[in-house]
Amino acid sequence: MGKKDRLSGNEAIAYAMKQINPDVMGAFPITPSTEIPQYFASYVANGEVDTEFVAVESEHSAMSTCYAAQAAGGRAVTATSSAGMALMWEMLYVTASARLPVTMALVNRALTGPININNDHSDSMGARDSGWIQIYSETNQEAYDNYIQAMPIGENKEVRLPVMVCQDGFITSHAVENIELIDDEDVKSFVGEYNPENYLLKKENTLAVGPYDISNYYMEHKKQQAEAMKNAKSVILSTAKKFEELTGRKYALFEEYEMEDAEAALVIIGSSAGTAREAARRLRQEGKKVGLIKIRVFRPFPMHELAAAMSGVKAVAVMDKAESFSACGGPLFAEVRSALYDLKNKPHVINYVYGLGGRDICVEHFEMIYGQLFEIAETGNPGEVYRHIGQREQEGGK
Amino acid sequence: MKEKDIIEIRWHGRGGQGAKTACLLLADVAFSSGKHVQGFPEYGPERMGAPITAYNRISSERCSVHSNIYKPDYVVVVDETLLASVDVTSGLKESGAIIINSEKEPNDLRSLLRGYKGEVYTINARKISEETIGKNMPNTPMLAAAVKVSNVVDSDHFIKDMEASFRHKFASRPHVIEGNMKAIMKSLEEVCAG
Repeated sequence: MGKKDRLSGNEAIAYAMKQINPDVMGAFPITPSTEIPQYFASYVANGEVDTEFVAVESEHSAMSTCYAAQAAGGRAVTATSSAGMALMWEMLYVTASARLPVTMALVNRALTGPININNDHSDSMGARDSGWIQIYSETNQEAYDNYIQAMPIGENKEVRLPVMVCQDGFITSHAVENIELIDDEDVKSFVGEYNPENYLLKKENTLAVGPYDISNYYMEHKKQQAEAMKNAKSVILSTAKKFEELTGRKYALFEEYEMEDAEAALVIIGSSAGTAREAARRLRQEGKKVGLIKIRVFRPFPMHELAAAMSGVKAVAVMDKAESFSACGGPLFAEVRSALYDLKNKPHVINYVYGLGGRDICVEHFEMIYGQLFEIAETGNPGEVYRHIGQREQEGGK
Repeated sequence: MKEKDIIEIRWHGRGGQGAKTACLLLADVAFSSGKHVQGFPEYGPERMGAPITAYNRISSERCSVHSNIYKPDYVVVVDETLLASVDVTSGLKESGAIIINSEKEPNDLRSLLRGYKGEVYTINARKISEETIGKNMPNTPMLAAAVKVSNVVDSDHFIKDMEASFRHKFASRPHVIEGNMKAIMKSLEEVCAG
């Protein structure tokens, strides 16, 4: 079963799309996600899929195309990055609130100013309130596996929400690494057919999509949308279980590494989790009680589960690959710290903003952070909790 | 995974010379010999002639580190003129080696290597490619030299694998295959230690 190969993250996503053979792709190229529609367009041209590829004139139209195709009863996909997703902004909200499970491959890139093509999470973190499920990937393998799980999650009747599957621009999107691919038939039967009960082109039950929602109804719709996001958690887990039965590869809301007896822990998203894990592995060999939590699902946010996983930890560093200009920490920090609030024995929590616009972070950086956590645990003094790492200036702009 | 089980290689070239392609091809051949591989370029402003860097990690188990490489075992310099402007030996292990595309002898280049004490190899990739492929395409001979020096894959396996890969890549231009294969054979023979 399956096939061992070596693919870049973008190749892996395009290959998953080919295996799924969706009804419609609406896409507009933007670095570093351009290769996804590019490779997929050649599958279309070669007749390997029968997807309708709509080459639109902007990302706003790309998401509008997906919205319309999904509303008509089809299965629609897109791929984008950074400013491309920003141009979809209105349609992200429209798609989520119309409860249309469009699937987006997001290749994370800095959302600009000054212009930059490299990786951070400012694009998807900015869209965290748009109502999309967000699943993040550490490797090409995870991008592929997460993508194949996206439709069974989003299309589930208890959920009906769009899903973005995120991977780090260039770091995984353009890096060739080993990967295990699933057989075509297994992908097709795992993903199944999209059979919505109601859709625009169903003549027995004509339907309006996206009409004006008066104050008298709007709040009910928003509450239902919020409930759907809550429901997504168990659907994500049951989908992961089925995926494990098929492939042997295990997925959850987040990954725990050596958390059982950890005293110092990192919480991190995406490709740098692998680098941090190597730091944790080395420190464990020296007998240091360190652990790592890699967030896979950021929306819905696994609040209670994270609190349980960190109930015995003394000090935590939350790593944000996005600056939110809150003047008090990044987006992941705010939510992790909030999740820990109800714990009886709260750990000290600090925040590091890192990796903006492709700034590299290495094993040694993480070793240093673990060292700081032990110091904080010992002294009980966390100092300034909102910190940056990897930049030339020290804290305070000196 | 023990650190010594990983071989890390850093490529320096100029945009348009194929350093990235050579890096990805090395990942390909290492993959097909059963290794775990990473092959990735570092992207900056992309323009012809600008210095570019690409990286390989080759290991027996999957390597989870996703940072750039600062302490490589091997450095491959596809364009000799970079020696003046880029610190190509930065962090290069003395137990490793640097492989430079140059018509000069290794000892004639040492003075440009900022005190690097490890092994220096040269290969005249320009001449080889012009003689075999018909134009200055240094990346194929540089790839062969990198394989020979680093021994990340066995040379015989490499030759067989590259032939299959070229047959696939140049299916519509079979005349290109022979030149590229000659470039590889010549480079494997001529890479010169100093």
